[in-house]
Amino acid sequence: MEKSRITTTTNSMTILTVLNKDNFKIEKEQDVVPFRNRVKEHAVKIGMGLVNQTKLITAASELVRNMLRYANGGEILIEVVSKIRENGIRLTFTDRGPGIENVERAMTDGFSTGKSLGLGLPGAKRLSSEFTINSVVGKGTIVTIIKWKNG
Amino acid sequence: MKIEISKMLQKKKKQILDLWMKNQLKDANLREDLMSNDELRIQSEELVDALLKKLTDENLADIESADFENVYEILSGISITRARQGFSPRETGTFVFSLKDALFETLQQELKSDPVALYDATMKVNKLIDSFGIVTFETFIKGREEVILRQTDEITEISTPVIRVWDGILALPIIGTLDSARTQVVMESLLQEIVNTSSSIAILDISGVPAVDSLVAQHLIKTVSATRLMGAECIISGIRPEIAQTVVHLGIDLSNVITKSSLSSALKHAFSVLQLEVRKKQKENYSLKNM
Repeated sequence: MEKSRITTTTNSMTILTVLNKDNFKIEKEQDVVPFRNRVKEHAVKIGMGLVNQTKLITAASELVRNMLRYANGGEILIEVVSKIRENGIRLTFTDRGPGIENVERAMTDGFSTGKSLGLGLPGAKRLSSEFTINSVVGKGTIVTIIKWKNG
Repeated sequence: MKIEISKMLQKKKKQILDLWMKNQLKDANLREDLMSNDELRIQSEELVDALLKKLTDENLADIESADFENVYEILSGISITRARQGFSPRETGTFVFSLKDALFETLQQELKSDPVALYDATMKVNKLIDSFGIVTFETFIKGREEVILRQTDEITEISTPVIRVWDGILALPIIGTLDSARTQVVMESLLQEIVNTSSSIAILDISGVPAVDSLVAQHLIKTVSATRLMGAECIISGIRPEIAQTVVHLGIDLSNVITKSSLSSALKHAFSVLQLEVRKKQKENYSLKNM
């Protein structure tokens, strides 16, 4: 039993249990701070440490700002997920923006089509435990990050 | 035979107003403490007057009609004054909606013999008054939003105090989130204060900033560069351990900015740059050797 569990974790498709769901709409810049506070609340609830909390919030903040800047807002699903004995927060950012033409390039440090530092996407990836990005030009972008409580 | 509903309603103005007043005065929730009955009558009369004057059979079905502009203006006015007097939005809404009953009753009396016409007229009047009710709500919300906007402005104004901590040293504690608008205010007041006090060192304290993402970092770097252009040195202080780790992971390069963990160490650094020394005063009884 224990063995089979371990094999599932080594796969990229880890079996996760969703404990709690929360939706958040982002429409304007003023929504960023309430959203960050909401994420923080969830992180505090599962007992995440201060450093990981800050990393999660910062990653979320980067992605939310991207969403606002390039896609005029979108929706975020905040989930408390659990894997074996570890809890974490999963955030799914969905927008219907123009999409990213070259995801690989967007994930490089210092690349930005806007006038920013170009650290948002790669930085968010470094700050989170798991990071997936799915973008279709003309349709939109979905970014999912997971931050484990001790990860 | 087609009855002109608008003409008929205009003829019955007196009756409508009386009915409306009767309904309002009958209502148990009437706020006599906030508005006297005379005032209420004046307000109601003004609204009925404006409405019936402009009402034609054409615009009855068209709530967007420009003819009603005057009515909407009066409604907005009523909504604002009532909000100031302490009426709840529900009470203001009820005030407008109760006009419906009066109109319906009149219509019913007049069109008793023609149910089809009665139904048609009722529907139209219903839509019109609903739209009026919505206007009062919109005005109410707009008024609130204006208050919020004004407060936001005030908060940005007062939340960026530039403090002259020493001759030639300015400190600026930043509390809350740094966004583009805020950075603009911070930068402006800081640069202005550098000129006013001819300071050579500015300390930006970010202990009150909950999260430093790349946008905030970019704003900080911009502020530092601008300060340098003015010939002053800028120190960023109040970098907490978790912020430091996050900034490193994000990949933000702050190596050419002087950063300190606390305001006091930033101040110490500023003193050493200005070649100032702070020491305890020596007392007669016990001299302190190495200060």
